[in-house]
Amino acid sequence: MNDAFDLRSGETHIEVHKFRGGTILFATIFALLVQAFLPVYWPKVATLDLPLLITIYFGLSRRNPSTGLLLGMVIGLLQDSLSKTPLGLFGIAKTLIGYLASSIGAKLDTEHPAARFALTGVFFALHQGIVVLVQRLLLAHAEPWFTIRLAVAALVNAAVGVVLYFFLDRLRKS
Amino acid sequence: MVAIPSRHRSLVLLTIVVVVQVLLLALQITRESQGSLIRVWTVSAVSPFERAGAWGVSKVRGTWRHYFALSDTARENERLKQENDALKLQISQLRAKASEADRLAGLLNFRETQERVPMVGARVIGSSADANSAVIYLDRGQHDGIKKNMGVITPDGVVGKVIESFSDTAQVLLLTDRDSGVGAMIEETRIQSPVGGTGEPLLSMKYVSNDDEVKIGEHVVTSGMDRIFPRDLPVGTIAEVKVGAPPFKFIRVRPSAQLEKLEEVIVLLTTDPVVMKKKTGGSDSAAPPPQAKPAVKDTAAKTAAGKRSQEQAAKPADNPR
Repeated sequence: MNDAFDLRSGETHIEVHKFRGGTILFATIFALLVQAFLPVYWPKVATLDLPLLITIYFGLSRRNPSTGLLLGMVIGLLQDSLSKTPLGLFGIAKTLIGYLASSIGAKLDTEHPAARFALTGVFFALHQGIVVLVQRLLLAHAEPWFTIRLAVAALVNAAVGVVLYFFLDRLRKS
Repeated sequence: MVAIPSRHRSLVLLTIVVVVQVLLLALQITRESQGSLIRVWTVSAVSPFERAGAWGVSKVRGTWRHYFALSDTARENERLKQENDALKLQISQLRAKASEADRLAGLLNFRETQERVPMVGARVIGSSADANSAVIYLDRGQHDGIKKNMGVITPDGVVGKVIESFSDTAQVLLLTDRDSGVGAMIEETRIQSPVGGTGEPLLSMKYVSNDDEVKIGEHVVTSGMDRIFPRDLPVGTIAEVKVGAPPFKFIRVRPSAQLEKLEEVIVLLTTDPVVMKKKTGGSDSAAPPPQAKPAVKDTAAKTAAGKRSQEQAAKPADNPR
C-alpha cells in the first residue's frame, strides 16, 4: 500500500497514487476549518466548497470506490455538523461524489488540468443536484435546481480545484 | 451467507452507506434531538481552532493595519516631508483604534440604555461550512446563559436567532437564510407582515396586500409577534416594491444590520417578550406587547392578515431540527 502502482488493462495505463501519512486527514480538517472560518472575514469564500474539492481529489487519485465513498461520507457528515443542515444531507451527496470520482478515476486518466477542470465542474453541479434532490424529497424544501450563481460557483470551484490539486499532487509518494 | 462478488462490493457498500444516511435524515426530521451528538462533538472539536483563528486573524490584522499596510503609504509619501509621514501614521493608527472603540462603545451604550433587558455580547468566530446556509458561530454558549431561539441583534438591527447552543459556542441562523424569519411591521404605517430571508442579501416582506401603500425607504421594525424579538427593533429599509402576484406585493428589504460584516453581536438572554427603550426620544415605552391589529381593508387584506398570523405563530419553530 505504500508505493504507487499501475492498473493495466489493454492499452490503458492508470496510476493509483498513495500519499504521505496523514495527508488525507490533514487535508480534510484543513478544508473544513478554512470553509468554516474564512467566510467570516471574506464572505465571497463561501462560494467555494473545499470539502467537496478534497473529496473529488482523493477519489480521483486513490481510485478505490469503497475508500472514495467512505471518505466522502465522513467529510460530508462533518460538513453537516458544522452547518445548520440535517446530518446526512451533505453526507449523502459527498458519498455519491466520492464513489463516482473513484470509479471514474479508475477508468480514465485524470491528471491533465483540463480533465480535472471539467470533472470538478461536473461533480460540483452533480453534488448540488443531489443536495437539491434530497432537500426536495426528504426535507420538503423547494430549492431551485439551477441558478446563475450555481453556474459561476461551478466554474470558480473547478478553477480553484485545478490549483489546489496541483499543490496536493506535491504530497504524493513518488 | 451470500457471497458478494468483489466487483460489486463497493456498490453494496455505497447502497448501505446511503441508506443509513437517509435513515439518519429521517430520524432527525421526526425526532428533534436525534443525531445531535456528532454535531456537538464536531463543533466542540472545531470551535477551539476557530477561536484561535479569530484571535490570530485579529492579531495579524492589527499588525497589518498598524504597520505593513502603511508601508505602501510610507513609500508613496517618500517625497513628502517626514513630519507628514509621522502624522499620517498616527492618524491611521488612531482611526483604526477609534473605529474599534466606536463599535465597542456602540455595543456598550446599547447595553446601558437597555439595562433591564438581559443580554450578553459575543464575538463571531465562524460561519457555516456550506454556502447555502447563512449561519454564524459565536464564542459564547450555554455557560453564558444562551439558549435555543434567543434573539441576536446589533445596535443597528436584528441579526438572527440562536438555533443551537453548545457549552461555549452558539450557532446563529442569520436573517438572510431561507429558513429565517421575523415578525415585523412597517414603522410609518404599522402594516404587519413577517420578513424572511431569501438566501440573497435582501430580505423579503411576504404578506403585504397590493392595496396597502408602501414606499421605498420606509423603515421596517420588529412587531414583537414572534415572541423572539422585542418590538420596534430595526429590521431594515424597504429597497424594492412591486405589485406582486395577487393579493400580495413583492417587497424587498435591505437589512439594517451589516450581516456580511459581523464581528460582535448581542444575544438577548430571554425568550420572553421584552419592551426595549428606543435609542432616540428617551421615552421608555411601557406598553404591553402589541396585539395583532393589521390594517385590514378588504378580503385580500384579510387573507393577508390570516397568513401573517399563521406564519408568525409558526416562525419560532420553523427550523426542521
